[in-house]
Amino acid sequence: MADARYRTGDSVRVRKAAPLGHVRTPFYIRGHAGVVERVCGAFPNPEELAQQRDGLPAQPLYRVRFRQKDVWPGYRGSAADVIEIEIFQHWIEE
Amino acid sequence: MKDSGRYEPYSYFQLMEVSLRELLVEKGVVTEDAIAGAMAAMRARGPERGAAMVAHAWLDPAYKARMLANGTAAAEELGFEVPGLRLIVVENAPGTHNVIVCTLCSCYPRMLLGMPPEWYKSRPYRSRVVREPRKVLGEFGLKVAAKVRIRVHDSNADMRYMVLPMRPAGTDGWSEERLASLVTRDSLIGVAVPVLPKKPKTRKS
Repeated sequence: MADARYRTGDSVRVRKAAPLGHVRTPFYIRGHAGVVERVCGAFPNPEELAQQRDGLPAQPLYRVRFRQKDVWPGYRGSAADVIEIEIFQHWIEE
Repeated sequence: MKDSGRYEPYSYFQLMEVSLRELLVEKGVVTEDAIAGAMAAMRARGPERGAAMVAHAWLDPAYKARMLANGTAAAEELGFEVPGLRLIVVENAPGTHNVIVCTLCSCYPRMLLGMPPEWYKSRPYRSRVVREPRKVLGEFGLKVAAKVRIRVHDSNADMRYMVLPMRPAGTDGWSEERLASLVTRDSLIGVAVPVLPKKPKTRKS
């Protein structure tokens, strides 16, 4: 299992990349910055699992909270509105 | 599926499923009856288990705290078997409303809520509720005040989600079972909130 590099409350940014394959990081959140809401544990990398490999070492998985106003240009709604989404550690920018 | 009366060959994945199923039956790993039984049980399951958890949490603050800390353990505590499920329960409050979506496919805690509704799996819901939640909730008939923060939860990887709605006013002294009857599937997804059944109008004499 890979070591968890981030803790609740840490600021992180999602990688902006477009690799082929079974990626569980939606396009809309790539490149955006948010704050770790909780650490969920570590899970086999889905991109590897989809290729019939074992997905190990397990990747730490985080719930990251983003401000809607940061994610969507022209977002209509409260400035306090948030989107929370699971991000694997290998999708977080160094 | 609509029966057009025309022969349509199996798709690749349908063929894979049938082949695998027939092999498993042939080799005695499972029986046709067991498969049919499992499918019937899955179709018959509704949101009752999720509703029971919510009603229990409304009446037992210690259980509620455990549920928010570990949803899976809280389901098991009430005797629900949820193999493989990693459940996160998110709590509505006067200043916060939660809504769940899976933008990538249709991830959903089926063991607790039954089969997801068609709209939950539809592209319009999945693509719109993340970027204009207030408008989408409005279309469901749920008006969220501007001062209330909306938390949208994208169930995109290994966790599954359920909303813990607020207990409606006017339910003091209600039994757990009666409270659970207020908790609808939609209120567990977050596109609705539990409401008291409307009283029949009494005519003034």
